[in-house]
Amino acid sequence: MDGNAIGGLLAEVFGTDMTMATATCGSCGAVSVVAELAVYMPGLGTVVRCRSCDSVLMVFVSLHGTTCTDLMGLASLG
Amino acid sequence: MAGTAVRGRLTWQAATVGSVTRETPSTVTLRLEVPDWPGPGASQHRAGQHVDIRLTADDGYQAERAYSIAAAPGEPLAITVERLDDGEVSPYLTEDARPGDQLEVRGPIGGYFVWEAETGGPLLLAAGGSGVVPLRAIVRERSLTGSSVPVRLLYSSRSWEDVIYSSELDSPPDGVEVIHTLTRSQPPSWHGYARRVDRQMLAEVAWPAADRPLAYVCGPTSFVESVAAGLVGLGYPAGRVKTERFGATGQ
Repeated sequence: MDGNAIGGLLAEVFGTDMTMATATCGSCGAVSVVAELAVYMPGLGTVVRCRSCDSVLMVFVSLHGTTCTDLMGLASLG
Repeated sequence: MAGTAVRGRLTWQAATVGSVTRETPSTVTLRLEVPDWPGPGASQHRAGQHVDIRLTADDGYQAERAYSIAAAPGEPLAITVERLDDGEVSPYLTEDARPGDQLEVRGPIGGYFVWEAETGGPLLLAAGGSGVVPLRAIVRERSLTGSSVPVRLLYSSRSWEDVIYSSELDSPPDGVEVIHTLTRSQPPSWHGYARRVDRQMLAEVAWPAADRPLAYVCGPTSFVESVAAGLVGLGYPAGRVKTERFGATGQ
């Protein structure tokens, strides 16, 4: 699965379509379109990883209508 | 007005199953009726986009999944769903859904894996299994807009029984070529490709890089990774190979 699949979640969190945004990995510096990032749903939440180095870029966990967003793996997103 | 349009797309809307059509032993097309779905005109969806579907069980448990829109912009909303054995949502949608059933829809979603006539071509569409769904929407959009960009659809399926939209793809519009490969079993008189897509097949099927083609590759992650790498190896700039990887949520 890739970033295309979480277009709805991202639009909910950021208020706009983010699939074409550019993500820069905070670990290895790889630059990627969000749509092409590796996405996992391991049971609780959604994890987005860098395809180059596998580092976690973003984590989203939704509970009772609130989504917690962790973007600390990113150097930049825009 | 623009604000209203955005809000509609980000929120869950009630939808009713209009019709259920079995395509193959493991796939079903559901026509969905959504009262506020964007209609013909500026607000209609774009070919290649998807919708999120949310089901709520009697105990309140909710599951949501993304499914590509099988219809072209302006056509009634429809999704084609493949049953995954260990799926949470697809077994219901492919076996239990009946006209009149209620579910929730969010969308249309996506601005990356989309095509409209102005995007141009020639187009190399590569489908692995149910990855054909958004590509079929693109082919239908091409017809509806009267576009004449050349299209080659390379479609990998396990067997002929697993080919979705087979009769539609058997009589493609002018300028659209459909090349099947059947990877697991083939009908007795089959003369087409009978193996997984590889570099040799891509070299024979894909438009030459010099034609400046655009590629859309959709299917399981391993299929997409292999085909995208193959196309880049043939000289396609990475930026002209669009990818959409399907997969079970656990992968």
